[in-house]
Parts: sequence; structure tokens; C-alpha cells
Amino acid sequence: MTLLRTEGISYGTRLHAVDLTVGDGETVGVVGPNGSGKTTLLRCVYGTLRPTAGRALLDGDDLSAMGPKARARSIATVPQDGQALFELTVHEMVAMGRSPHKRFWEADTTADTRLVREALARVGIADLAERPFPSLSGGERQRALVARALVQRPAVIVLDEPTNHLDIRYQLEVLTLVTELGTTNLLALHDLNLAAYYCDRLYVLDAGRVVAEGPPAEVLTPALLATVYGVDAEVTTYSATGAPTVVYLPKSASRA
Amino acid sequence: MTTRSTGPLRYTLVLTVLALALAGAALAGLALGQVRIPAAQVLDIVTGRAEPSPFRTIVLDVRLPRVLLGAVVGAGLAVVGTVLQALVRNPLADPYLLGISSGASAGVVVVIVFGLGSGLGLATSLTMPAGAFAGALLALVLVYALARRGGQMTGSRLVLAGVAVAYVLSALTSLLMVTSARREHFQEAMYWSLGGLGSARWDALPLPATVLLLGTGLLIALARPLDLMLVGEEGATVLGLDTSRFRAAVFVLTSLVTGVLVAFSGAIGFIGLLVPHAARMLVGASHRTLLPVTALAGAAFLVTADLAARTVAAPQDVPVGILTALIGGPFFLWLLRRRPEGAPV
Repeated sequence: MTLLRTEGISYGTRLHAVDLTVGDGETVGVVGPNGSGKTTLLRCVYGTLRPTAGRALLDGDDLSAMGPKARARSIATVPQDGQALFELTVHEMVAMGRSPHKRFWEADTTADTRLVREALARVGIADLAERPFPSLSGGERQRALVARALVQRPAVIVLDEPTNHLDIRYQLEVLTLVTELGTTNLLALHDLNLAAYYCDRLYVLDAGRVVAEGPPAEVLTPALLATVYGVDAEVTTYSATGAPTVVYLPKSASRA
Repeated sequence: MTTRSTGPLRYTLVLTVLALALAGAALAGLALGQVRIPAAQVLDIVTGRAEPSPFRTIVLDVRLPRVLLGAVVGAGLAVVGTVLQALVRNPLADPYLLGISSGASAGVVVVIVFGLGSGLGLATSLTMPAGAFAGALLALVLVYALARRGGQMTGSRLVLAGVAVAYVLSALTSLLMVTSARREHFQEAMYWSLGGLGSARWDALPLPATVLLLGTGLLIALARPLDLMLVGEEGATVLGLDTSRFRAAVFVLTSLVTGVLVAFSGAIGFIGLLVPHAARMLVGASHRTLLPVTALAGAAFLVTADLAARTVAAPQDVPVGILTALIGGPFFLWLLRRRPEGAPV
């Protein structure tokens, strides 16, 4: 069942009539070169940019017609870098996710605190709750931000390059965590092999337009990589994972 | 930094220690000065057990209102500073960054130089606060109008508009002062702009005290959205906050509080910068727990500083703003040096 749908979303010269769907429980990846419009598309979905044309619908409701609070109850965002200006504890940082469910003057109840604890346990950092957020490693910080998205109780989680700046071990950990939560996820990813392994479907953006969409095995082809990224590549199915794997070829090797 | 204990026990301890510090500073403020009065006698006087005497007059009519005004202004400036740092996402923000004190100074100088109200027989102890508040309000309206564009108000626009308005208003203030024919105008305006609690009187207390209590109460109620502002414009928006509207509303609230306080105390600098950072080191940055601590610490700090201002060069009453700047300036530099490379300023 389709949960999230964009209909011809455009933003100035950066995004052109993008149609995208995310089904309930699906993990959908948006890939493309730098500047292809991945972040712009996600921002139009989670509402910090207002599309110049088209609209994003959640369960048929227009997201841009909602206020920030109602939208934050439907869509949670995991930013690339969630640093706060001053030092908050991990618990305080995660508890912010309860805000869209609260009147502004309401304090957290014991039920909220329980939700925060549960979320921290679910992402595997229950023991870090009282640590200062900036003292966490990149991978732990990303886990905390995923926990914050969970306590928001959203219909969809949007993640903007959640593995940016992370060591490969943490990239794998974070993506495994996200895809095993059972949530509906829309994420922008840089690494095509990670996208191929973790996403159910991919949208490939080039200069603000969708140039390919579908399951990773259908989308990631040498022809597409040549036109969109301008690289020569071989795509094979790696037996251990069953996922398509991209091997980039240096120019000289491919000529030989 | 490693684990910070944020247990309720520790928090209660911090509040208790600060409350005791405030009480101690207040007692010292009542007992010390040109005339030294034993602490036991001060307590008798304050609790109403003493016979009428010159000491009683000094404590109740001269020192007590001054101590109370110091506590109110100190608490208020510290709370406003804390909130503004979150609001414009700048750790170096303070109540005067946004042009409010320049507006108040301009208002006071206009009152002094043109002798407004003196024709009606109004005392300067009344007309100067009124002028300060009017000036602060004018600065607020100017900054607000300049910072808002297309219905949006961002932190950086607010800071830039505040700085620009402050420059223009200080220039006008200086112009009025140097072109004024009478020398005592210059001195009077100068003294006010350095900040001091010398004008404290019982009848000048209810208004600032009411504004402090209402303002601080409201800001503590806004603790949740204030916390959200710490993760930035976009971060706060995706957590459900209408940042532009919130920033505009809190800016007006904090400006009004500052305007009223400054009207009675003059421009006392650096409390709103120094105290919030110290308080965060004690209890962390979450506003619901931070703001009460900031208020108590600000009150204790200004009462202590004012006691020093009255006694270091006695019988001369040094404007307390000079002392807070002497302490605050080096602290400001230390803060700058301490900031990690690449951190937002």
C-alpha cells in the first residue's frame, strides 16, 4: 500500500517534476551524483522547503498544507549532523522527539521517559542515556538520532545521507539498524553498493530529474552508471548477499 | 567532558547552594557599607523585631530596596541572556546585543537633554525610567521590522539588525550628549549608561519585580521549544516548531523584560553573557532545569557585585556596570578561546 507519494514535485531549477512513492514498510533509496537534488527532494518531503510546483502526500493528505507540528507527527527526520549549540545529554536529545505530541508548556511525563528508554534500548545505546551527546562517536550519535525519530512515532522516517562521515563499520551498523526497525524509510544515500544492499527500491536522480526507478538489480546497470555518473562500471550479483554489486573501472583498465 | 550527573538530588543541591549564596549576599549587602551593622541586628531589623533607629532606616529604606532591585535585575538579565543565546543560536549573545540598551540609553539622554517632564514637575527618578523604556521599545520595533523579511525571522538577521540599530542609536546618543550646552547633562547620562542600582527605592520595585516574575515564568513554560532551538532552524522545524513565529514572540517578550529592567538599573553589561554559561556548566543546557538556576545565580551575582561597587572605593559609589564589565570582559575572551575550532560563533 502506498503511504507516501510525491506528485510532480519541483523546486526552482534544482528539482523537476519528481514522482515518487514509498509503500508501507518499504525502504526506498534516493541516489544520484552530488548536486542532483537528493537533499532538495527530501526537504520538500519533510517540509523545510516548499515545492514551487507539485505536492507531497502522506496517506492522501497534502504535507505542505500541514503545520510543522502535524507534519512532525507524520514524518521524522534524521539529519546528517544533529549537533546542538550547547551540551545536552543523549536522553534530552532523544526526548525532543516527543515535542510534536506535546503542548509547548508540557513537561515530559513518565510515559514519555519510558518511550525514550525503549527507543534507546532498541537502537542499542541504553547505557549512554546520561552521556553528553557531543561525547558520542559518529555511529552512536546517528543511533541516538534514529532513536529520536522513533519516539516521534512517525509514519515515515526520512534520512538524509545517514552514513555520511561515518567509518564503514558504523555505516553498516546504522543501515542495518534502520532497515531492521520495520519502519517505512526514505533515505538519500551516496554509496551505491550500500543502497543496493539495503533498499527495496531506488530512485536515481540526475540534474533534478528521476532518470531510473525500481529494484536495485534493475536500476543499477552499466549503461545508467555511464550516463548519470560518467563512469565505467561492472555490475554483478554478489553471491553472499544476493545484492547487485557495482565495481568501478578505472578509465585505463576499461580501455584495455 | 565525561558523564555528567543530572540526577534530581544534584539539581536540588545546586538550587539550595545558590539560594544560600543569594541569602548570604543579601545579608552582607544589608550589613556592610559606609556604616557597618552587625548581622544579628540586621536580622532583627528585617524580621521587624527592632526598635526604630538610624540603623533601621539604613537597612529598610536604603539598603533593602537596593539589594532587592539588584536581585531582580540580576536574575532578569541572566534569564534573558540564556534565552537569547538559544534564540539566535549564538553563545556570545546577551540582552544588549539586540539594540535594546542602546535604545534605552538614547531614551534617557533625550529625557535629560530636553528636560522632558521637568516642566510638569516630574522627578527625574520617574522620567528617566520612562525614557529608557520608550527608547528600548523603539529599538525593539526597529530591530523587529528590519529582521523580518517575507514573514521569516532568522537568527543571523536578528543579530545583524540588532547591531545596526545599536550603532545608529549610540551615535545619536553621543551626538545629543556632545552638542548639549550643559555639562551636567553629559555626566548624568554617562552615569546612567554605566549602570548602577543607586536609584533603588521602594516605589521603584513593584514594576520590575512583577515583570521579572511574569517573564521568567513564561520563559520557563517555553522550555521545550527553547531546547528545540538549540538544534538549529531546520532541526527545530522538523521537530514541529514554527521557528520564525516562536523567535519573533520570544524576541518581543525578552525585549520588554530587558527594557523594564534597564529602565531602573541602567545598562549593566555582561551578566546576561557570563551567568548563563556558568549555569550550563552546573546543570546542563536543558532550559527547564537551567532557567531557575540562571535566575538564582544572576541574582546572587549582581547583589554581590553591587556590594563590591558600594564598598571598594567608599565613600564613592562605583557604577556596578564597570565592575561586571571588568569581570565579564576577561570571561568573554576565555569563552572565545575555549570554543573548539570550527564551532559556530
